[in-house]
Amino acid sequence: MSVARPSKISRSVTHLALFLLAVVVLLPYTWLLVASLKSREDFFSGLFFPPGEGFLGISWDSLTLENYSNLFDTRFGRAAINSVFYASTSAIFATIICAATGYVLAKSKFRGRTFITLVVLGSLIVPPTLLIAPSYELLYNLGLLDSVWGLLLPTFGPAFGVFLFRQAVQQSVPDELIEAARIDGCSEFGIFIIIVLPLIRPMVGAFLLITFLGMWNNFISPQIVLQTASKQPLSVAISQLRGVYRTDYGLLMAATVVSIAPVAVLFLVLQKQFISGLTSGAVKG
Amino acid sequence: MMFRRLRENQIVFTWAALTPFIVLFLVFMLYPLIQSAFLAVNQTYGPETRLYVGPKNFRLLIQDPVFWIAIKNTLLYTLGSLFIQLPLAFVLALVLNSRRLRGRSIYRLIFFSPQLMGLVFVSILGALAFEKRAGFVNRSLAWITNNPSLLEIDWLQTYIMPTLILISLWLYVGFNMIYFLAALQNVDDSLLEAAEIDGAGPFNRLRHVVIPSVRPVATFVVLLSMIGSLQLFELPYILLDGNGGPNNDGLTIVMYLYQNGFELGDLGYASAVGWVLALMLIGLALVQIRMVRKEEAMR
Repeated sequence: MSVARPSKISRSVTHLALFLLAVVVLLPYTWLLVASLKSREDFFSGLFFPPGEGFLGISWDSLTLENYSNLFDTRFGRAAINSVFYASTSAIFATIICAATGYVLAKSKFRGRTFITLVVLGSLIVPPTLLIAPSYELLYNLGLLDSVWGLLLPTFGPAFGVFLFRQAVQQSVPDELIEAARIDGCSEFGIFIIIVLPLIRPMVGAFLLITFLGMWNNFISPQIVLQTASKQPLSVAISQLRGVYRTDYGLLMAATVVSIAPVAVLFLVLQKQFISGLTSGAVKG
Repeated sequence: MMFRRLRENQIVFTWAALTPFIVLFLVFMLYPLIQSAFLAVNQTYGPETRLYVGPKNFRLLIQDPVFWIAIKNTLLYTLGSLFIQLPLAFVLALVLNSRRLRGRSIYRLIFFSPQLMGLVFVSILGALAFEKRAGFVNRSLAWITNNPSLLEIDWLQTYIMPTLILISLWLYVGFNMIYFLAALQNVDDSLLEAAEIDGAGPFNRLRHVVIPSVRPVATFVVLLSMIGSLQLFELPYILLDGNGGPNNDGLTIVMYLYQNGFELGDLGYASAVGWVLALMLIGLALVQIRMVRKEEAMR
């Protein structure tokens, strides 16, 4: 669609504005990346690179990876392993549980289906912040405070996931296919695995990514649930790192780079699925 | 006989598939939700002791000046994201939707990219960037204007609200742009052409063709953005090292909930804060749904 047929001048203005805006958006990363490579002495020399004799007037030799190697002296490596474990466990379980529930709510006929569907949909309106205090009390009573399971279990059955999978199944799994498989003697479990899951693969991919990112970036739950330092994920560890190494800017920046790099790579690989997942349920086709 | 077997198998599978979710839902959603209502009329010291106080928590809350500061800050931030960020996201989507624009997919990726970082890590980067003397923002300002006194601007202590709004602009504008871009796919090309043949200029085409087509998505984006903004926590919490900043200038509602529940140990008072926030959110959602219904009825 075209709103305006732009003249040559207005088109160049548009390009210039977009370009400048893109630069503004990218500058903070560039600064982050470059500053993470500067030694502590060089941090204040030059806005980006330390000035010197080398190519482009930059002192390339003074760039160093020492901030990254220093990270290993902190408990940051442990936190990175924790983050990978929490995010992938949460993503895998949430996807399996939500896909199965969403499929059954979309296709099975049983007593109580409407009731369950309505309760799930209704619960979407409950703001997560309302549950922070009572969940803490509950985890305390279950003896799950400062336990990995206290952090993970509540993330295994998100209601919005059930809603998304129910919609995906309704849109892309025809009843006839299920009936045919059933007549051919396929077991119910087999139908779910062999027929349904491949048909909703885009949603499976998108949801894995959404839940992985959600857990990777989750701050308030691990902050409240986990007390032992060795159990904390990157999000909590990095905020505490800032408290301890207040002015060691290079170290903090290296930590930030390491925390966001895996997610950025994952996104670039799975870009299409991510965006389709993001807008699914939001926009009618 | 065979059909009965099949039917039985279906029912077994159905409940096997439902059970894990139902258990998780009852334990980690419904039970805490019910408890939050009980907690709101109790005073606690940590998770062990409860003292029934009735509606006193809410009475205290209404008279609590700090709570009102938190509400004011949160609303200010929400208005900032509604009136600065969403219009910009829409304009970006309009510009990037044009098929003739070269490099539009790379621009989309660039504008969306901050979203990849996640709020906590953006908060750390923001805290570093807005630091006085060492931060990228002040050093750029000082470099551009050649005025070293600008290095001393203390964004985090003096201008926390504008700083929060700026960082969230950087973080969310591309995210909302994606929704608007998706919505623009719903605009009917033939309708646009017809309007053009009828002599409608760019502004009128925007107003009478494009905007009505994206309205459902726009309503959704506004609602989503309000719900997110009203629950702002990580960004100010990390920028201000866990407290509200000078005069609580950067205190938000959820930060106040956190402080009461987990620093002072009163989960009851925290739940009361939670309920006030929840009622605000649900009220907003209902108003919006009603507005959409009314518009649909008028058409």
